[in-house]
Amino acid sequence: MSALLELKNIKKHFPLKSEKLFTKEKPLLKAVDGISLSVRSGETLGLVGESGCGKSTAGRMALKLLEPTEGEIWFKGENITNYRGEQLRKLRREMQIIFQDPYASLNPRKTIEQTLAEPLKIFGMPKGQVTQRIDYLLDVVGLSSYHKQRYPHEFSGGQRQRIGIARALALEPELVICDEPVSALDVSIQAQVINLMEELQAEFNLTYIFIAHDLSVVHHISDRVAVMYLGKIVELGDAGEVYSNPKHPYTQALLSAVPETNPHREKERIILKGDLPSPANPPAGCKFHTRCPFAEDICRVQEPELKLVSTGGQMAACHFAKEVVTEGNFT
Amino acid sequence: MESVKPLLEVKNLHTHFFTKTGVVRAVDGVNFDVKPGETLGIVGESGSGKSITAMSILGLIPSPPGRIVDGEILFKGEDLLKKSENQMRQIRGKEISMVFQDPMTSLNPVFSVEKQMVETVLAHEKVTKKQARDRAIELLNLVGIPDPSKRVKNYPHEFSGGMRQRVMIAMALACNPSLLIADEPTTALDVTIQAQILELFKKMQKELDMAIIMITHDLGVVAEVCDRVLVMYAGKPAEFTDTKKLFDQGKHPYTLGLMNSIPKISPNKEKLIPITGLPPNLGDLPKGCSFAPRCKHVMDSCLSIDPTLQEIDENHFVRCLLYEESKKAVTT
Ligand SMILES: Nc1ncnc2c1ncn2[C@@H]1O[C@H](COP(=O)(O)OP(=O)(O)OP(=O)(O)O)[C@@H](O)[C@H]1O
Ligand SMILES: Nc1ncnc2c1ncn2[C@@H]1O[C@H](COP(=O)(O)OP(=O)(O)OP(=O)(O)O)[C@@H](O)[C@H]1O
Ligand code: SF4
Ligand SMILES: [Mg+2]
Ligand SMILES: [Mg+2]
Repeated sequence: MSALLELKNIKKHFPLKSEKLFTKEKPLLKAVDGISLSVRSGETLGLVGESGCGKSTAGRMALKLLEPTEGEIWFKGENITNYRGEQLRKLRREMQIIFQDPYASLNPRKTIEQTLAEPLKIFGMPKGQVTQRIDYLLDVVGLSSYHKQRYPHEFSGGQRQRIGIARALALEPELVICDEPVSALDVSIQAQVINLMEELQAEFNLTYIFIAHDLSVVHHISDRVAVMYLGKIVELGDAGEVYSNPKHPYTQALLSAVPETNPHREKERIILKGDLPSPANPPAGCKFHTRCPFAEDICRVQEPELKLVSTGGQMAACHFAKEVVTEGNFT
Repeated sequence: MESVKPLLEVKNLHTHFFTKTGVVRAVDGVNFDVKPGETLGIVGESGSGKSITAMSILGLIPSPPGRIVDGEILFKGEDLLKKSENQMRQIRGKEISMVFQDPMTSLNPVFSVEKQMVETVLAHEKVTKKQARDRAIELLNLVGIPDPSKRVKNYPHEFSGGMRQRVMIAMALACNPSLLIADEPTTALDVTIQAQILELFKKMQKELDMAIIMITHDLGVVAEVCDRVLVMYAGKPAEFTDTKKLFDQGKHPYTLGLMNSIPKISPNKEKLIPITGLPPNLGDLPKGCSFAPRCKHVMDSCLSIDPTLQEIDENHFVRCLLYEESKKAVTT
């Protein structure tokens, strides 16, 4: 499989308002702080991690909706980091995003029909086909043609999310960044949408980056999973492998916190101590050391590299990742 | 348990929207009660009226086109539907507060979080500006926002999705309400922060005897924190019972369909099993049971008779003809 999208050491640093007026150095919030990732054509890559760790920012940079501070973005073998205007517009057809906040991303003054028709018309679909296509898309996400004349505020949260999905799929893109695409849906519609996304993927060889907090959904849909912590990838690998044998202590804590759908069972939790550090002032060494139950001196001074930790290609950024394999005492 | 007086009683609530294309029966006969200090979960189909039920309690239904056409909402024994807008404003935020499903719709994008939080506190409590500011920072800290004294100065768009949700939660808790309505409060949060927020809710609940209505799609969250659960379908209750009973002996075909659709973390990935068919059109509901077109157990009578909520067992209410012997028999 070849790489469809490649992120090469991308960073996004947002300038923060300084408390002192006359300092030379502006403080920076390091939302994404050097991630490299290659997304294979036709795969689903799950992206998980603490709220605020930079998942949406990374996704938006991949689509060039946000300029990276540093690093390169390659799409189909081309460096698109500096694409502008017309070049970018052409790319948009092939790369789409389902936004995390459906309300903020829908135009409140447009009916659903207008919202869905717009991209179709821009890319030259004949008028006659537009209506047909919209009806098909609505059907696919479990809405009906009687919804077409309604405005965004007339829908429930989950219905708006489905409109966002229909819009992203309208042009049959090659790459879709799905930012929490099913979080507002009940489990039945969620199952319907996920089945649909899988069918479309099989049919059109779609590639997904799937950002979500629901770890069972991510496990279900993903071929590979990347786990982020404070702007960095800390673990990456085959979904089955990462879930059954997580190597990074953060991944282990994350998986242990999944709520149990059995009210009779109390789960063993790894409770993370301490507060989430601020990305404006991240800890030195391993960024996770302030909360890691296994941290030692080396963790406080030296940042671990993402390294291969299994024969199956699993990678983890932890000084003790190797030891975990042999002793197996982390889980 | 029996003798505890409910904090909130929703009786036969009907909230409809009168649109150009017809009447949308968003909430169409909902009954439930919430006891002091308990957590009631509301789950159900997307679009089944959960948020509109919450908005009705708070008196926030946009009118027109919406209107509460029938029912009572008793809070501490008084009917909220009879209160003036002024009285409701005093109750909102102080007595009953809400975490909205869309954080961006309830945070004002042009003001810093500090300004918005300080104003909320000042509106309801007799404190100085300085105290209100300290309270705001303390709350942000409680919901796990790192560096709260700096971040409080930020504007909503400068926070991540999950952080905005936590800011909303902090605001809702600002005045120690006796009822918190949380509409999908943890969907944008990772599981570790979610666990932390749910802990915080539990703690507040113990300390202040705060009751919570938790609207969520996450049945794991329901299993972990809710005492009782109301399952909604098409604007009506489908089932209402204790959490354990719901998971062990859920009866309504819709409830069972939901349980079946949950993805599980297991090595062999099977295709998910959604409930077949389309969600109903609330502007044009079928005659009889609104779940009938999608129900595996549908009988002839389901197509003509609309079932009523029956207590089939102690504290276990179901709205399905399978459990209404008399009507089931009449037409076959
Ligand atoms: N426009 C901006 N200005 C300043 N800071 C920003 C901006 N956008 C995002 N951030 C910050 O960057 C960090 C990463 O945000 P991002 O939205 O990528 O997180 P996320 O992983 O998607 O989180 P969530 O799961 O909560 O959606 C956060 O600390 C956020 O506050
Ligand atoms: N202003 C409005 N005009 C017309 N219909 C509306 C309006 N607001 C909501 N509705 C309809 O009322 C129904 C109930 O909406 P509500 O927001 O309560 O759903 P919900 O159960 O909270 O769903 P979700 O889980 O997706 O958030 C929906 O079918 C919606 O389309
Ligand atoms: S009343 Fe009939 S159609 Fe409705 S849920 Fe029960 S069995 Fe199914
Ligand atoms: Mg995000
Ligand atoms: Mg809702």
